Amino acid sequence: MPDTIEKGVPLFEGADWDYDKLKLAFEAIEKIAVEELGLDTYPTQVEVITSEQMLDAYASVGLPLMYKHWSFGKSFAYNESLYRKGLQGLAYEIVINSNPCLCYIMEENSMTMQTLVMAHAAFGHNHFFKNNYLFKQWTDAAGILDYLAFARDYVAKCEERYGLSRVERVLDAAHALMDQSVNRYARRGPLSFAEEAKREQERRTHAEQTFNDLWRTVPTRATLEGLDSKEVAQLKQETNRHFGLPEENLLYFMEKHAPKLEGWERELCRIVRNIAQYYYPQKQTKVANEGCATFVHYEIMTRLHNKGLLTDGAMLEFLHSHTSVVSQPDYDDRRYNGINPYALGYAMMEDIKRICLAPTSEDREWFPDIAGNNDPYATLRDAWANYRDESFILQFLSPNLMRKFRLFRVRDDAAETNMRVDAIHDETGYRELRAALARSYDLSRREPDIQVVELDMAGDRTLVLRHAVYDGVLLDEKTSQMVLRHVVELWGYPVRLIETDAVTDQVMKTHNLAPGT
Amino acid sequence: MIIVDRRPNPKGKSLGNRRRFIERARAEVKGAVMDALRKRKITDTESGEKVSIPTKGIDEPSFRHGSTGGKRNYVVPGNKQHVVGDEIERPQSGQGGKGGDPADSGEGSDGFEFTLSREEFLDLFFEDLELPDMVKKRLSETASPELSRAGFAVSGNPSNINLIRTMRNSMARRISLKRPKLEEIEALEEEIERLAHTGPEILWREAKDRLDAILRRTRAIPYFDPIDVRYNRFERVPKPNIQAVMFCLMDVSGSMTERMKDLAKRFFMLLHIFLVRRYKTVDLVFIRHTSTAQEVDEETFFYSRETGGTVVSTALAEMDRIIKERYPLDAWNIYAAQASDGDNFGADSGRCVQFLSSLLPICQYFAYIEVSEGVDSFGDRRMDKTDLWRAYAEVAPAFENFAMRRVGDPAQIFPVFHDLFARNKAAIVNQEP
Repeated sequence: MPDTIEKGVPLFEGADWDYDKLKLAFEAIEKIAVEELGLDTYPTQVEVITSEQMLDAYASVGLPLMYKHWSFGKSFAYNESLYRKGLQGLAYEIVINSNPCLCYIMEENSMTMQTLVMAHAAFGHNHFFKNNYLFKQWTDAAGILDYLAFARDYVAKCEERYGLSRVERVLDAAHALMDQSVNRYARRGPLSFAEEAKREQERRTHAEQTFNDLWRTVPTRATLEGLDSKEVAQLKQETNRHFGLPEENLLYFMEKHAPKLEGWERELCRIVRNIAQYYYPQKQTKVANEGCATFVHYEIMTRLHNKGLLTDGAMLEFLHSHTSVVSQPDYDDRRYNGINPYALGYAMMEDIKRICLAPTSEDREWFPDIAGNNDPYATLRDAWANYRDESFILQFLSPNLMRKFRLFRVRDDAAETNMRVDAIHDETGYRELRAALARSYDLSRREPDIQVVELDMAGDRTLVLRHAVYDGVLLDEKTSQMVLRHVVELWGYPVRLIETDAVTDQVMKTHNLAPGT
Repeated sequence: MIIVDRRPNPKGKSLGNRRRFIERARAEVKGAVMDALRKRKITDTESGEKVSIPTKGIDEPSFRHGSTGGKRNYVVPGNKQHVVGDEIERPQSGQGGKGGDPADSGEGSDGFEFTLSREEFLDLFFEDLELPDMVKKRLSETASPELSRAGFAVSGNPSNINLIRTMRNSMARRISLKRPKLEEIEALEEEIERLAHTGPEILWREAKDRLDAILRRTRAIPYFDPIDVRYNRFERVPKPNIQAVMFCLMDVSGSMTERMKDLAKRFFMLLHIFLVRRYKTVDLVFIRHTSTAQEVDEETFFYSRETGGTVVSTALAEMDRIIKERYPLDAWNIYAAQASDGDNFGADSGRCVQFLSSLLPICQYFAYIEVSEGVDSFGDRRMDKTDLWRAYAEVAPAFENFAMRRVGDPAQIFPVFHDLFARNKAAIVNQEP
């Protein structure tokens, strides 16, 4: 076989790294990423940190700046104890969706690992962040760092002004509601965090200047008497309209309408929900994002090696690390802990590439629009830009891959004594399997769907939340009670949580909690 | 691309979070600290402590799906033999088993283990304690300043002139400015002398001019110049009085059982931790006594058996002797802790009182505990006072820094200790059990 590729001089030898080597490697990676893979990224800022700083970053949910809260201290202590005992290694990198894209690398890593990390994070994740529609729609990469700085200072100022415990009370409550405090549907253009910070000031002055007339105009029990059912219904409708019900974003609702909160408490709610919103795209794109980054680093490292820019030793070290990252233990393996997003994501990317270049007849039947189009990178770029995990799996998971992973579906119906296998990787099962796997990545099914649906404005101001129950899966009793306590804390009046079946609207369970109980 | 080295950034970014966390879990952490304390040696207070606290109070709840009930679907990899229709037994709850609903995999463990630093450990232990009568040397907080050498200065007291530095500067200046040397002048003068008698006048005049120039130069460039002078510089550094010696006195006669010694040991240990926290160095002196007293090491102190009568005053005498010999009062803070079962040779108690009265004024603190076999032994027998107790009780009211207590059970150790050092001392000291 003629070897037409010109062999270059290896970028580095040995394990030690220095700034010149990093620069050299980065440039070589960039060349491949841009010219051969067609990636489009934010400028990168590589930051070298120590393992302790990595633990710090872990503690503040991976963000470089964060306000102070005990839960971060807890997670630091937890991770540290695991790390010190050797039970858990540290991630090789952390990458922040910001512009410029911050990419943390640890000083302990070998040069090979640094190269891998740069390819993975600075190009793979970076490209995904810049191009995926969810990130484009929901996050403001240019402003996040400024906003976090604002949040940190604001919380610190509140702690100073109102005391640690009062701030903690609000933050605890807000953290508990974080998962239910994102906007799932776009209402306006991309948020600008810089604007947020400015508007906080405006909102406060506005609130100080205007008297909230809302509560006075609300009908009392007395005005309700003598109304017929039609009028009552109309009144209810009016209340709902007034408060924008139903509302899926719990913290947004608290921020805007909780009667007892002070201005700064509302702002804290806002900060927490803005951070929740910032993470919302990441939660929905684990498989696609990690798959993208892993595929990119594999492509880049292989190409570097083929060009002779990577020594065989370095390549072996890389492969060792790569294979352990993308391994998927079987369900009955002791190490099994759910489906590994790296494994599934990477396998799907490779599979898409294969379908584009060398499709089988099955692929042609399943993926008529991409099979054999001979442009795998454009196809992948399109996939990275326009899908989230759920839709990505639903669109691209091939029968070939289901066979390779030997996927099967188990139905667990509490009404039956045993669980039952109801779909496996065969002709009749492919579509069901794929749909079920995709649904398991759908956040609205993964996390409880809870909304504010009603406000008893005529009575004791009870806030009514509704949990839409799918397939009879109720909320965990113990944690729900604790979270409700936090809701009451914010709302200040009784709260009722009704669990109703999403399809039949039948009430399955009701939780009540009033202040002071 | 930009590379930024963040490694030199200030450390401990999450210290604030950690403090908040410990504050939050205070009750739990404190309980764990107290547990841990029972297992330690007296001197083993240098390390932090690994504490395991229950997650109660520090969990972060969120709405989650319950782990049972309803219909669920799991898609899992690695099918080996299953075909559609196979039934699988439901795994026992607690174990994720098939897939496991991702929503219910939280940090569900019952305990949470982490390591407290030594400071955090001790702070928690001592949070509401305060040593009484801090007057004498104002302890470690107030420091007596001491002069310490701190380089050289260009101004200062003449008595502090540093000759070597000054001379060195002077010489350097003279060399660099080419100040004529004394030998040079002398040689020239000799030559002039010679020329005056023998040489031609022109040469003599020339030499004379040269001498004038040299002398002018000598005058212009002084041998010493104020800029040469260097003074030794001293700084007043606060030097805390950082030494304390702790005397552990214990009766080891036959009447003291292992159990009683164990009680005593815990008592000593607590005091020691407290001192180590306050002072840079803490010396420990163990004095055991039967009918005679003896200074021993810790091992012997607690674990070797002795027989004989009981003469308490010998221990006090030994302590007095050691203080005089090794621990000058201006440099050491003296603490004493005495444990005994209260037995004493009848006529000795008077001597004890005497010794105690002379020791107490020089001690920062003197604590006496009387250990007994069990909780009940004190019971209501209020009249049943031991000789020693009665004797000490005479002295007690006169001294603020003396405290006595009775302990019958390990569980009473801490409360006793707490009492001894409690802020509101007046209410407690010398109170009878």
